[in-house]
Amino acid sequence: MTVTAVALTGPGHRATLRAARFGDVLRSEWTKLRSVRSTFWALTIAVMLAIGLGAAISAAAAHGYAKSSVSDKLTWDPTGISTSGLAIGSLAIAVLGVLYISSEYSSGMIRTSLIAVPKRGRVLAAKSLVYAVVTFVVGEILSFVAFFLGQALISGHAPHAALGDPGVTRAVVGAGLYLTVLAVLSVAAGTLLRHSAAAITCMVAVMFVLPGIAQALPDSWRHPVTEFWPTQAGSQLTNVYHSAHTIQPWPGFGVMCLFVAIVYAIAWKLLDRRDA
Amino acid sequence: MIEAQNLVKRYGSTVAVNDLSFSIRPGMVTGFLGPNGAGKTTTMRMILGLDAPTQGSVTVDGRNYRDLPAPMREVGALLDAKGLHGGRRAYDHLLCLAQSNGIPRSRVDEVLRVVGLEDVAKRRAKGFSLGMGQRLGIASALLGDPAVLIFDEPVNGLDPDGIHWVRTLMRTLAAEGRTVLVSSHLMSEMALTADHLLVIGKGQLIADASVDEFVRSSSQQSVHVRTPQAAELAARCREAGANVRAGRTSRVATTPVADTDAGTDPDVIEITGMDSDAVGTLAAAHGIVLFELTPIRASLEEAFMELTRDSVEYHATEANR
Repeated sequence: MTVTAVALTGPGHRATLRAARFGDVLRSEWTKLRSVRSTFWALTIAVMLAIGLGAAISAAAAHGYAKSSVSDKLTWDPTGISTSGLAIGSLAIAVLGVLYISSEYSSGMIRTSLIAVPKRGRVLAAKSLVYAVVTFVVGEILSFVAFFLGQALISGHAPHAALGDPGVTRAVVGAGLYLTVLAVLSVAAGTLLRHSAAAITCMVAVMFVLPGIAQALPDSWRHPVTEFWPTQAGSQLTNVYHSAHTIQPWPGFGVMCLFVAIVYAIAWKLLDRRDA
Repeated sequence: MIEAQNLVKRYGSTVAVNDLSFSIRPGMVTGFLGPNGAGKTTTMRMILGLDAPTQGSVTVDGRNYRDLPAPMREVGALLDAKGLHGGRRAYDHLLCLAQSNGIPRSRVDEVLRVVGLEDVAKRRAKGFSLGMGQRLGIASALLGDPAVLIFDEPVNGLDPDGIHWVRTLMRTLAAEGRTVLVSSHLMSEMALTADHLLVIGKGQLIADASVDEFVRSSSQQSVHVRTPQAAELAARCREAGANVRAGRTSRVATTPVADTDAGTDPDVIEITGMDSDAVGTLAAAHGIVLFELTPIRASLEEAFMELTRDSVEYHATEANR
């Protein structure tokens, strides 16, 4: 086999070097995200859960409305019901976010990535920004599709919601925002823990298990959890009806953002300091 | 130019690299040689900013790796063939790396051609053989057309054709004026590729010399003699200034110096510091009968093993085979 000359433009080319920019890293991370199959599958599952499950829940709730109790009718939230598939689909978003970085650790790609971009904060920033934008776009589309589909299924059987009703647009947009913040959290969790299984387990615990356990606790324990647990607080943004012992939508979303910011700062610090 | 000053790396109580100083010059292939676990990879990881030195510093062209404005355009590295996501196509793997340093897309096709992977560019990397993975790693190192190249065990998993290709590539890169650092635990490999050697054992520098110097200083010659008058010949040789030690039982000339220990034979001696011609002449002058007279030249491989014997982390036991 012969060796082809390797030089790009001869010895003088280094004079034309330009520094790598954050935009370069963004392009690189976008290529990474779109070039693995797990991205396609995770987003497909998110779509199926958000639209399919959302439609099924809406239809079931609408048909049960007539027979439900007065108190249930008072807390009837057609907006929250129609987008409830997103809450389950959020698991697929969280898993993909974790894998986006943890698969680099399990495959050894992280070393190649950090040699290419030794300013490590840029890698984390670019990854979270790319994934947040993708999740935001996908999340908002899913949220609006699920909302309109859900309302169509509910109308005729139970009171339904319209975007002009108080709090409804905020809740529908909020469902996509909740997913976006969750996406950033999952990338941070993957960076922090570096192991796919550990990070996914943590995400499931934070999103579903711990809030679920809290339901079995006495009220004095349960109420602070439902009010301030980051994912519980953040998900208030996606509801129109707010039960007792829950935080207001935007402050709740603020609590979640603060929590994510703290986890993100720790992940940033550790990524920078640890040997890769 | 890569320069290390008093580089130390500790992992807990283990010292992986201990007070290493060296400078690696452009225009030649520098072989980085040492037994497994000697600290070669750790040193390379510190050069590339993956591991932070416990003490000391290492710079590339006078700067810390992390401070390089366009790292891939200045340093190309192949650490291990596993440094990639198996689910990604070879082309996309190179593309994402190129993009991260603002390297044009056309360069991806170029390096794929250079390493001979253009036909499998659209295949996912997990289907690649070790050798193909190694070629892909080399392609990523070449992406930025860097002036400094660092390869950790690049011939691992390559077939003879591939090994020959890597050797030629290293030499070509050095001839183009680049700094080329190649690690290996095989002396024989380095003898064929490198101009200069950096030998380490247990994290410490053992030798920093050109290949020729290394061979001259390390390879010992000895003469194997079997004679019924061993005691007399030994005495005569000692008078002539040579070293003599009890030899082992008769052997064929190609057997390496120190690999078997079949017990000693009083008729056999090993003489160093005198060549076989001189020993034969001396024997004839004193009327000593010789049954065997064999010059034994330690190979480069043996010289390396002798040099690093005390610093090998894991010894196989010779006894009771």
